[in-house]
Amino acid sequence: MEPLDERKDQIHRTGEQPFTLVCNKDSLAGAVSQRACVFCGSRVVLYPIADALHLVHGPIGCAVYTWDIRGALSSGPELHRLSFSTDLQELDVVFGGEKKLTAALLELIERHGPKAAFVYATCIVGIIGDDVEAVCREVEKKSGIPVIPVQSEGFKGNKRAGYTAACNAMARLIGTGDTEAITPHSINILGDFNLAGEIWMIREYFERMGVEVVANITGDGRVADISRAHGAALNVVQCSGSTMDLARMMERDYTIPSIRVSYFGVEDMAQALYDVAEFFEDAPEILERAKDIVKGELQELLPELAFYKEELSGKKAAIYVGGTFKAFSLVKAFRLLGMEVVMVGSQTGTEDEYRELAEITDPGTIIVDDTNPLELTSFLEEKRVDIFVGGVKERPIAYKLGVGFCDHNHERKEALAGFTGMLNFAREVHSSVMSPVWRFTPQRERLDAAEPQLLAVNN
Amino acid sequence: MSKNPRNYVATTNACKLCTPLGATLAFKGIEGAVPYLHGSQGCATYMRRYIISHFNEPIDIASSSLSEKHAVYGGGPNLKMGLLNVTEKYHPALIGIATTCLTETIGDDVAMFLKEYDQEVEGEKPLMVQVATPSYSGSHMEGFHDAVTSVVKTLASRKGSRNAEVNLLPGFVSPADIRYLKEILSDFQISATVLPDISDTLDGRAADVYEKIQSGGTPLDSISNMGNAQATVEFGHTMGSESGGRVLKDRFGVENFCLDMPMGISATDLFFDHLQRISGTQVPEKYLAERGRLVDSYVDGHKYLYGKKAIVYGEEDLVVGLCALLAEIGVMPMLCASGGKSGKLKERISAVSASLLPEPPHVFENMDFYDISELAEKMDPDLIVGNSKGYPLAKKLSIPLIRVGFPIHDRMGGQRILHLGYRGAQNLFDLVVNACIARKQEQSPVGYSYM
Repeated sequence: MEPLDERKDQIHRTGEQPFTLVCNKDSLAGAVSQRACVFCGSRVVLYPIADALHLVHGPIGCAVYTWDIRGALSSGPELHRLSFSTDLQELDVVFGGEKKLTAALLELIERHGPKAAFVYATCIVGIIGDDVEAVCREVEKKSGIPVIPVQSEGFKGNKRAGYTAACNAMARLIGTGDTEAITPHSINILGDFNLAGEIWMIREYFERMGVEVVANITGDGRVADISRAHGAALNVVQCSGSTMDLARMMERDYTIPSIRVSYFGVEDMAQALYDVAEFFEDAPEILERAKDIVKGELQELLPELAFYKEELSGKKAAIYVGGTFKAFSLVKAFRLLGMEVVMVGSQTGTEDEYRELAEITDPGTIIVDDTNPLELTSFLEEKRVDIFVGGVKERPIAYKLGVGFCDHNHERKEALAGFTGMLNFAREVHSSVMSPVWRFTPQRERLDAAEPQLLAVNN
Repeated sequence: MSKNPRNYVATTNACKLCTPLGATLAFKGIEGAVPYLHGSQGCATYMRRYIISHFNEPIDIASSSLSEKHAVYGGGPNLKMGLLNVTEKYHPALIGIATTCLTETIGDDVAMFLKEYDQEVEGEKPLMVQVATPSYSGSHMEGFHDAVTSVVKTLASRKGSRNAEVNLLPGFVSPADIRYLKEILSDFQISATVLPDISDTLDGRAADVYEKIQSGGTPLDSISNMGNAQATVEFGHTMGSESGGRVLKDRFGVENFCLDMPMGISATDLFFDHLQRISGTQVPEKYLAERGRLVDSYVDGHKYLYGKKAIVYGEEDLVVGLCALLAEIGVMPMLCASGGKSGKLKERISAVSASLLPEPPHVFENMDFYDISELAEKMDPDLIVGNSKGYPLAKKLSIPLIRVGFPIHDRMGGQRILHLGYRGAQNLFDLVVNACIARKQEQSPVGYSYM
């Protein structure tokens, strides 16, 4: 299947010179993009702040489709798991929704006692001209808690714009808390959302190294922690797009440097600990402890991984994720398992990131920006993939094609970060690739009939 | 009382979905159709994800992917480009276009854009059906019914003399329900048009070749012939003043029978009476046997159920049907709640259950799960009947949740839940009675293995 003409320059094959790939543009109408919208970008970033009220200002859809959808765990309050909406009706659209928004905020703040409130503007709020900023100011005065507008009108850009809106919202909290007791060897964790408890593992590594974690941004996040995040010595940023803007703002306003890390896969996880340790060069014991942690974890992990590597070696994988940082780590993680990555893409990657992907992947690997179901289908068929890594929207595409699947999106319930996460990831991949069910799917039956030697290998 | 008793301003954990989602589901039940949302990209993606998690099927919903400048200058050019691209990639027979709150608020005139498109574009042009679905008006059920009505208005016609065919407009029921309804119609030797028909499109087989548009769905030829049918049977009493059945009656004189969803024995009997009358065929032996076995099981299990208290929620017509079923097996619906607000829920529930219940249930429209939980906690219920979204309440109260309807996001097989007819009643009865027995067993310190 040929892609639409307007989409051809968003697809590259490694090895084909020179590298060119167009990205970071609006999705093509009618192309059935896998992307969401500005609101979605804001919502995913702020969602895990568990003691804040998250009120979606608009008709019901945006709130109801994001009710308790993430695997973002909290060690305490769980206000983030509720779905709040002003549920705008026709008359509100005609006469404006400000009054309803004010009343809803006051009602919910009284009922739930949140530490702060985020008010998400959806598409029509921008159109009907509600002054969300003014409402927030008024309610903040009345309630005594921070009430923060999130400029997340769905049509005002793509998911990346939503990340920026979320960072702008959090920037209003930062700088308001007391930083006195914070130690010099301290960090904020940015861009981990505590899916299936991942940030707890990461925090524990850092704490064992002797590094204080001031704020989780935003996994298992708390308003009070975020408000004193400007007291940390370093921002440790995961995820290519979602919280980088916040790190930049904090560098500008509080001269806090940042480093970029990934916690997926053995190499990247170890590197993240080393990079943080090396930043605190005045305390060499931190690096020593980091080395001990990595050594201890690997001693446990590698023998267990060996089994999976043997079983999975030579299998082919395709990756389609939200941001490219995860794609890089996944490419490395699959290599560690002896597997071959034949397609890799993301919803919101930048040209530099795609160029880097082209550099680290094998010749012939398809690199794609903002793709859609029909393109994915043709890539999976062409490459005869064994496992596809993506989110819920990609799952039925894989399954209909008789291809295994691993959910690596923000809805997953399996911890895939950290050293333990690498083992979980190997198990996840293994449990799908090695399942006996595929032999009954018509596609495999046909392919196996055409190539009996493949069947022998699979058995 | 049919209004939200507490009347909170904010909606917390809504018990409804937005209007365009319902329209996309209805369009998914038409052969060769691609649903299309005229709005920003997020709507389509969110709805796809929500629907996929229930049906576990590919759900491609196209979008105009409007950005800021389109919101200012109008979404016409993007709509046309989107339709061209969908046509080129999917070659659909029909594109079902639903609007969103964004395009309704900026005042896009979709009908005019489509007229222009028709004049401007040469070559392959699928049929276009459009429906206005501003999400600030109504819920997914209005979107669903309005889409069906719009399909009928746009495509149905009358050519020549009336035939013996029957139109069945089942509303939003499961693929398993549709399969069963088609089996029933076929056993009555009725040639029928079931609109929409999601039995294959949203519950497909493992396929050899990836289908861009899932096969199945109501054939377009059949839809265009609906005006010639002898009768329409339409399920649900809570839809607005306009419906597919009423349009067919007003425009083409097709007799319209509006029935409650056939849930439980009484409602199914009524449905079968109608089929018998319309077709002149006696109820086939197979269904008499199904009914007989169902009555037999009602008797076998009645002692586990009598006086049990239930909380019921969901789309209004589904709630009416569930209430009818529960009432006839001795379970007392204490609270019947819906996020919809037709103003007709209480009256319909009374109509199907008043003669069976010692006292009428509390019936409230325009409810969310916060309201439902608040009331339910005071009622000491034994079980909850509704979609997955009641799970937090079931967990909190440590009582079973009988999963029915849409969405089922925390179990496999939502698309295969059978609700309708004698066979559906049998399925639900077994689920309800076994949930009650299991609870009794779990709560017993003795650990009976023989209940």
